[in-house]
Amino acid sequence: MALVEVEDLVKHFPVRGGILNRVIAKVNAVNGVSFTIEKGDVLGVVGESGCGKSTLGKTLIRLIESTGGSINYDGVDITNLNHRDMLPFRRRMQIVFQDPYSSLNPRLTVRALLKEAITHHKIVAEADMEDFIESIMLKVGLRADQKNRFPHEFSGGQRQRIGIARALALQPDFIVADEPVSALDVSIQAQVLNLMMDLKDEFGLTLMFISHDLKVVEHFCDRVLVMYLGHVVEEMSCVDIHENALHPYTKALLGANPINDPDDRRELTVLEGDVPSPFNPPPGCPFVTRCPKVEARCNDAMPPLVDKGEGHRVACFVVND
Amino acid sequence: MSAQRNAPILQVQNLTTSFRTDDGILTAIEDVSIDVHPGETLGIVGESGCGKSVTSKSIMRLLPTATSILSPESKIMFDELNLAHCSEKDMRSVRGARIAMIFQEPMTSLNPVFTVGWQLDEALSYHTDLSKSGRRQRSVEMLRLVEMPNPEERLDEYPHQLSGGMRQRVMIAMALCCEPEILIADEPTTALDVTIQAQILKLMEDLKTRLNTAIILITHDLGVVAQVCDHVCVMYAGRVIEKGTVREIFHTPQHPYTRALLESIPKSGRREHGKRLPTIEGVVPALNNLPPGCRFAARCSIAEDQCIHNEPDLKDHAFSGRPVRCHIPINQTTAAAGSKGQA
Repeated sequence: MALVEVEDLVKHFPVRGGILNRVIAKVNAVNGVSFTIEKGDVLGVVGESGCGKSTLGKTLIRLIESTGGSINYDGVDITNLNHRDMLPFRRRMQIVFQDPYSSLNPRLTVRALLKEAITHHKIVAEADMEDFIESIMLKVGLRADQKNRFPHEFSGGQRQRIGIARALALQPDFIVADEPVSALDVSIQAQVLNLMMDLKDEFGLTLMFISHDLKVVEHFCDRVLVMYLGHVVEEMSCVDIHENALHPYTKALLGANPINDPDDRRELTVLEGDVPSPFNPPPGCPFVTRCPKVEARCNDAMPPLVDKGEGHRVACFVVND
Repeated sequence: MSAQRNAPILQVQNLTTSFRTDDGILTAIEDVSIDVHPGETLGIVGESGCGKSVTSKSIMRLLPTATSILSPESKIMFDELNLAHCSEKDMRSVRGARIAMIFQEPMTSLNPVFTVGWQLDEALSYHTDLSKSGRRQRSVEMLRLVEMPNPEERLDEYPHQLSGGMRQRVMIAMALCCEPEILIADEPTTALDVTIQAQILKLMEDLKTRLNTAIILITHDLGVVAQVCDHVCVMYAGRVIEKGTVREIFHTPQHPYTRALLESIPKSGRREHGKRLPTIEGVVPALNNLPPGCRFAARCSIAEDQCIHNEPDLKDHAFSGRPVRCHIPINQTTAAAGSKGQA
């Protein structure tokens, strides 16, 4: 059953300038993105910096308001819900941010960081608060006696655990994880990924996992959305991603990823050309400027996402022929 | 392989760098010895705080003189000059001209108030006798070499007008404009997207073959190491713990840390999908609170009593002859069985 259904989601950021501070341009961060996430699934979102993957995550849980399209959560259209009606959904949809250094208030202890949200959403009675906070800390691998410490007393990996604890404290059923392990060392990254896997199983969470690291996404996610300049260019299962990838951009991303085997040295795929400016994207496929398989028709219109079976969707004229 | 190798161009011996801090003198790297050969890429790998950047900055003598101390035994032999203790004047003739460096952050390592052309010109005017127009011509050539689009126009642009990948190319052009014999690249691609990373790595590879430059590549990305390095030096908490060719390190790691590090990378393929990753529990010890024994002992799965009390020396493994800092190094055969498999 689908937990999240997104239809044609659009987010444009206005750019203001001039002496009257009028809108002089807009950045098309997310351009008509549609997808569904089944209950209990992990959807990976990959793409280069500036492709709109973080904006998609934030728009999805309405930390940023969308410009167009609809978001259905557990059967309810939450796109235009008012503050009060949105509140229960705010609790159910949580986010873990990329940077464990800047996403925690340095003036609050771990206890205060967790308590703030718990009190606001009235998760437990005041009398049970301390026990509840301690149990959440244990769940994410922190010690209960660390609850009166400040964020700066923790390492990067531990801070990310605090971020996860904060999301988990509200007993959500959906978490957007925005590059949760990108700032961490390899060995710590593995610890945090394992923790997220365990919590997902224990609490039956559904996750959207935003990352630029294909290795991590491939390992951790069930399905993946590949984004390029605000568009989804391919959606597929994460199993055997190397064999099944069809879109030239997905192939380029996979080919540029260095493989951990010195005996398997290969020419890394190098894309020629530059990423078009998001202020002024090309009218056709956004990838035309760098695509090795570009044809004349690619310049005219954005290719539609075509279903190739088993939910594998590709937006490319050449591949879909 | 070692038989045909050229004599090392740079020999670092017993390099020990300490810092004066509020907590007293802290030793960031201890007894680091590495050899760098022309036309080869040496990878220095390790996690944050292991001392890989301090090693490179010590070689370049870029650490603050007021707070950093290189021990008297430290030797950085480059062309009969001991860079560890030579005068600043001697160092200046080497730095930038014969040993150049690329820094991690292309966003912050370029001066934002000067044009790209000015910054390229600075190194050339200091180290070469070229005229002003000759220097400009050379700058354009260098930008062309790093495959910068429209190099003539770029010279008059400021760093903020360039993308991350282009800024990194400017950094590389600056580093290479005097045709250095050694290029030190400190996490040159960490801040970049994989597609841009591929471009930069290919560029460095081309330069190595064309100019026979020796490259020291500092990184925490083991995939990058596997693809471009010839030799690898693994560091942990300020110590070199293992050295070897890239194949030896990846296929038959001897130090438990090296093996654990390799295993903790997500692997691809159906077999591995969604499995728990092997992890290294715990964290790297703090420099002001180092254990008396092996620095990895607290996180090591095979640590014994002696590991907790005595720090092992970096000595050649009885079986392979490769240097490893461990009392009970992994036997070649078991290591091969344990970590074989591709990513």
